[in-house]
Amino acid sequence: MDTLPVTEVDTEKVGWLTWLAAARAWLFLAILFVAFELWAQLAYHTTFLFNPFNVQSIAVFAVAPLLLALGQTLVIISGGIDLSVGFTMGFAAVVFAHCVNGTLDSLGVFGSLVVGVIAALSASIVPGLINGLLIARLKVPPFIGTLGMYGVARGIAFLLARGTTVPVRNSILAVLGNGSLFGFPIIVLVTIMIVAVMHFVLSQSRYGQHVYAIGGSRQASLRAGINVERNTIVLYVLSAVCAAIGGILYTARFSAGAAQAGEPLLLDSIAAVVIGGASLFGGSGTVIGTVIGALIIAVIQYGLVFVNVEPFWQFVAVGVVIVISVLVDQSQRRLGGGKVDEE
Amino acid sequence: MKSDPILEVRDISKRFGGVHALEKVSLNLYAGEVLALAGDNGAGKSTLIKTISGVHKPDEGIISYDGQPVTFENPQQARDHGIETIYQDLALADNLDAGANVFLGREVMKRVLGLPAVDRRKMRTEAAETLKVLDIRIDRLDLPLRSMSGGQRQAVAIGRAIHWKAKVLIMDEPTAALGVPEQRKVKALVRSLKQSGVGVIFISHNLVDIFEVCDRIVVLRRGIVAGERSISNTTPDEIVRLMVGG
Repeated sequence: MDTLPVTEVDTEKVGWLTWLAAARAWLFLAILFVAFELWAQLAYHTTFLFNPFNVQSIAVFAVAPLLLALGQTLVIISGGIDLSVGFTMGFAAVVFAHCVNGTLDSLGVFGSLVVGVIAALSASIVPGLINGLLIARLKVPPFIGTLGMYGVARGIAFLLARGTTVPVRNSILAVLGNGSLFGFPIIVLVTIMIVAVMHFVLSQSRYGQHVYAIGGSRQASLRAGINVERNTIVLYVLSAVCAAIGGILYTARFSAGAAQAGEPLLLDSIAAVVIGGASLFGGSGTVIGTVIGALIIAVIQYGLVFVNVEPFWQFVAVGVVIVISVLVDQSQRRLGGGKVDEE
Repeated sequence: MKSDPILEVRDISKRFGGVHALEKVSLNLYAGEVLALAGDNGAGKSTLIKTISGVHKPDEGIISYDGQPVTFENPQQARDHGIETIYQDLALADNLDAGANVFLGREVMKRVLGLPAVDRRKMRTEAAETLKVLDIRIDRLDLPLRSMSGGQRQAVAIGRAIHWKAKVLIMDEPTAALGVPEQRKVKALVRSLKQSGVGVIFISHNLVDIFEVCDRIVVLRRGIVAGERSISNTTPDEIVRLMVGG
C-alpha cells in the first residue's frame, strides 16, 4: 500500500524557524541583558548585569507578577483567561493582614502567620471556585465571568481594608519578606518552589496533559471522556490560589496588606504568559516560558529605571513586546501548517 | 447471513420535541462487514449513530451488543464496550502529537521521583505500532497533529479507535474532507479493518465510495428505514430513488 503524502511545507527550513520562534523568549531576554549592559557601560560607565544587587532586585520585582502569571498560564493554555487575579491577590493580602493582626496576641508571631496563610489561601478558593462554576457549569465566557469577579473581589477587598492599607504588626513577617537565605531572597525561593510544582503539574501530570487537550479541542476532550467541567473548575481555583500566594508574599515584603496590591499586575501577568510563548487561542504554553516572560518584563521595567529613562516608557516597552510576541506566535502557527483562528 | 450480529438495533425511536428524528429504525451489523448508512440531510443518520454511540438515549427500542441488550449513559460507556466513533471533525486535539491523541483520556503513566507522570515516549511508540499495523507511516511522531495532512490525521483517528480494540467502528463521512489519494488510502484502511473482523458503519454522501467499500446499505429517509440492499444486488440509481422517495 502507498504511504500518505506528507504536507507540502519544507520541513527542514521550517524546523529551524520553528526552533527560533520557540526559543524567542530566551533570545529576547538575552538581547535585553546585552542591551542594558551596553547602555549602562556607555552612558554611565557602570555594569548592569554583573551587579548582584540588580539581579536580586529583578528577581524580587518579578515575584508578584510571576505568581499571578503561573495560574494564568494554565488558564490560558486551556483556552480561557482570568481577569480577576489582580484583585484576588489584593483580597487575599487584606485577609492575610487582618488574620495575622487579629491572632497575634493569642497565638504569637508564628501561630498568627500560620493562621494568616491558611485563611488567605482558603479565602482565595471562594473567588476561584465561583469563577470555575460560572465558566464550566453555567457556560459564562471566561472573559465575562472573571471580569465580574474582578469587580466583586475589588469591592470586597477594599471593604475589608476599609479603603486603606492594613499594616501588619508581626516582626517575623518583615524578616521573611525581606530576608535572604544563602544569598537568595526568601520570597524568591518560595516562588521558585511554586514554579517547580506548577511546572511538574503542567508538563508531567495527567491533569496537565488534559489542560493542553482542552485548549486544543474541547470537543475532542469531551468525547475522549475527559471531565472537562471539573478540570476547568480546578484551573480557576489554582489560578486564585497562586494569586493569593502572591498577595501573601507582597504583604510580607511591605508589611502591609493592600487591596490594590495586584491592580497593576493583571496585564503584566497576561503579558508574561503571552511573551513566554503561550497562545491566547489556547493549546500551547509552558511554565518555564512564563517565567522567562515575567523576567523579561521585570528586566524592562527595572532596566529602564536603572538607565534613567522616564518610568512611563516602561508601559510603552511592555506593550510593544506583547504585540511582537503575538505576531511571532501567529507566524509560528502558520509555519506549523495550522490555522491561526481555529476553534 | 453469517452467525449472530455484533450489533443489533431494534425498533429505535427518538424524538426531539415534536420532531420524530427516528421512527422504529432497525438494523444489524455483523463482524467483518462494512454497512453503509445513506440518506439525505435530515434523514436521521447523525441521530442514529449518536444513539448507538451513547450521545443520545433512545426513547424506544433496544440496542443489543454481542447478543446482550445494552444502554449507554454516555459515549465513554459505549467506548468501553468496544464501540468507537470517528466523527466527521475527527475529534482530535491538534496541538498534541499522535501518541497523546491515541491515548487521550487514557494516558499511560510512569513514575518520576515517585510521582505519577505521563509517559509520552511509551504512548508514541505504542501509537506508532498501531499505525504500522494499519500500514501508515508518520515520520515525526513528536509533531503536533496540526502539522499533518488530512489523511494522516484521519489515520490517527482510526488508529485511536483500533488501538482500543474496537469491534464496532462508526465512521461519519470519513472521506469528505480529503484529497483523492488520501480518500483511496482511507478506503484501503476500511477494507483492512473489515478483514481483521471489525464491523464498520460507514456514513457517506458519496455513492461511489459506498459501492467501492461496503457490503450492504441501509437507506434512511425522514427517520425511517426506506430500504436495505446488498451492494451486489442494487444500483446507484435505485439507492438514489430510495433516498429521495418515489
